[in-house]
Amino acid sequence: MEFALSEDQRMLQDSISGFLKDNASLDTIRKIADGNAEAKAGLDAGLAEMGIMGLYVPEAMGGSGLGLLEACLVQEALGYTVAPSGFLAATVAADLLAKDQATYASGIADGEKVFGLALTELASRRDGSGVTADNGRLSGTSLLADVPTGATHVLVADTSGACHVASGWSAKPMRTIDRTRTFQELAFDGVAAEASTQSDPSALAVARLLVAADTLGAAQAMIDKAVEYAKERKQFGRVIGSFQAVKHLCAEMAAKLEPARALVWHAAYAMDTKDPEALVMANLAKAHLAEVGTFVAKTATEVHGGMGFTDLLGLHYWFKRIGVNRQLFGSPEQVRQTAAELQGLVAA
Amino acid sequence: MELNLSPEYEAFRQDVNRILTENSHLAPGPEDRGMKHPKRLAWQKFLIENGLTARTIPKEYGGYGAEPDLLKSRIIAEEFARTGIARPMGGQGISMLVPTLLELGTPEQKEAYIRPTLYGEMIWCQGYSEPGAGSDLAAVRTAAVEDGDDFIINGQKIWTSTAKQADMIFCLVRTDPDAKKHEGISYVLFSMETPGIEVRPLVDMTENANFNEVFFTDVRVPQSGIVFEKNKGWQVANATLTHERGMLGDPNATKARFLELVELMKAETLNGERLIDNPLLRDRLIKLQGEVYAMQANGLRVTTASLKRESAGLAGLIVKLQGCELNHQIAGLAIDALGELGILYGEGDHLRADGSWQWRYMYDLGLIIGGGTAQIQKNIISERGLGMPREPKPAKV
Repeated sequence: MEFALSEDQRMLQDSISGFLKDNASLDTIRKIADGNAEAKAGLDAGLAEMGIMGLYVPEAMGGSGLGLLEACLVQEALGYTVAPSGFLAATVAADLLAKDQATYASGIADGEKVFGLALTELASRRDGSGVTADNGRLSGTSLLADVPTGATHVLVADTSGACHVASGWSAKPMRTIDRTRTFQELAFDGVAAEASTQSDPSALAVARLLVAADTLGAAQAMIDKAVEYAKERKQFGRVIGSFQAVKHLCAEMAAKLEPARALVWHAAYAMDTKDPEALVMANLAKAHLAEVGTFVAKTATEVHGGMGFTDLLGLHYWFKRIGVNRQLFGSPEQVRQTAAELQGLVAA
Repeated sequence: MELNLSPEYEAFRQDVNRILTENSHLAPGPEDRGMKHPKRLAWQKFLIENGLTARTIPKEYGGYGAEPDLLKSRIIAEEFARTGIARPMGGQGISMLVPTLLELGTPEQKEAYIRPTLYGEMIWCQGYSEPGAGSDLAAVRTAAVEDGDDFIINGQKIWTSTAKQADMIFCLVRTDPDAKKHEGISYVLFSMETPGIEVRPLVDMTENANFNEVFFTDVRVPQSGIVFEKNKGWQVANATLTHERGMLGDPNATKARFLELVELMKAETLNGERLIDNPLLRDRLIKLQGEVYAMQANGLRVTTASLKRESAGLAGLIVKLQGCELNHQIAGLAIDALGELGILYGEGDHLRADGSWQWRYMYDLGLIIGGGTAQIQKNIISERGLGMPREPKPAKV
């Protein structure tokens, strides 16, 4: 029995973290948040060059054939640096399409096809929006779609939960608290569904687990920053990190986040090994990381005092990353409802 | 990452399961009261002889003498939990004193104490905390003054479990009142039969006397009872406290309680509706499930680190704090879910689960405080885990 990252997994972590440290500095993130397309394109190109887009695509389809655990490590590193990326969309698309749409999956690996996600229907159907599929034609709107720059296709869920590949849409930006990432309202006007797959609870679980990993990274960054700040900032003639009132806040953050890290690993391992509890664990991970992440985001900001509230330190980018992640693909209550349903704890 | 066991360990699991189930008729039940009930002593002997407890303790001291193998120990613990068959004896003698003696005891002490302790024939209590020495354990004042080959001991201990039943005590006493507080303490073993010892039960909020106060008045004990060296008791105690913190916050026990709560919420109805069908209660339940699964995964991480003889770092440091808090919250939800009937306690017709949820809600609060309070745990996590500075000592005036 071994519940730890392998040598290869640690190397993957190091290489992606090393790249992001150099190429997704706070300066770069600020530029991206301010709409600097060049900065965004540079980061996208660098990440694509690292080969991460095909990480979760099976080897037979030209990908690296790695597992969701490895994907979570990459997503965690992205969250740590609040770097925007099409990685989550590519990985969810790979999960859904590798099953019976091999041509699309292999396109993801070689970069020929760039996927966006329009999956709101799976988690949050709304009156007044929604996509319907009628005789292979998609119509309607999808909210908060995650469409990377240069996307060639989107994976869109219809009101019945089935997913379709489409390459024609019109997009309208949806402004959120997080300006580093773009979200859009997509409209489909009778466009052809190029390929379709049945409703599959695994796609939503994969998306939710990756968001949990992203929050894990962002929250770890906030703890690291809070601890570092508390060791330097002086008041009353001593560093504030020597006051128990401040130390205990840091201890509480670490005490909640450390087991959450193990939960993300365990859920990803369960998904990779087709454990019967895998979907339950992935949903638990999403809901739990949402709660722990929110606690860390608030507490780490408080440890920074007034500076945490300003734009000067840029800490708010992490606060907002975690805030958006909490709601994405369903708020904690919705996700726990899914977990309960998957365990047969909800009366039919 | 690999959570499946190799065939060797799967075979070991089956062996353990077979030995337990084939011999379950020998196991004592709740009706076999008393720590030294013959059936309890016989069961303990059986478990030692079959390598199901005292497994890695050398044969010469009465153990089974196996090579340390954490996975096998874990499998044994899991099989006891799974089968629900009476566990081996625990208590502070076995879990804390024996490891300490193995590490630091003299040959005579090992010879005299380890075997009878393992076999349940010698019960111990721990004389650490005092009214003025709780979180600040090194402030112990119980005085041991030399008199020939003996010490004369005067003072008071508190929070002493099993003091009434104990044959012996391992006790922290101040042997050098002039030394710095950590440097004048000795770790001494002596008999609870010694004249001058008075044990008074300390009734707690659960209405039970889980602990006692122990008073020493001119208690004369031999100096040969010192473990390791005179005035080095603080190091000895620290070696032992590591063993205690490992006992609190076991994630498998927490998972078992969580599953009991799920069963309760499926079985019990309120206003014609199963508790589990109440969306607010169910949401709280699943929220706790996330924490339970997280602590279980964290436990796997800690076990892996131990297997590799590495430090588990933060993952190890947070177990006591998070585990005890989580147990308390599980009990709290059970009480809320039971609604008005959740307040019943002790005895009566409508009691659910023998009132154990209220008992746990109170007792677990005791565990949040005992064995190093939550606040002391947070100091440890921030200082050792996050490298934050210690609170500066106030200047002497």
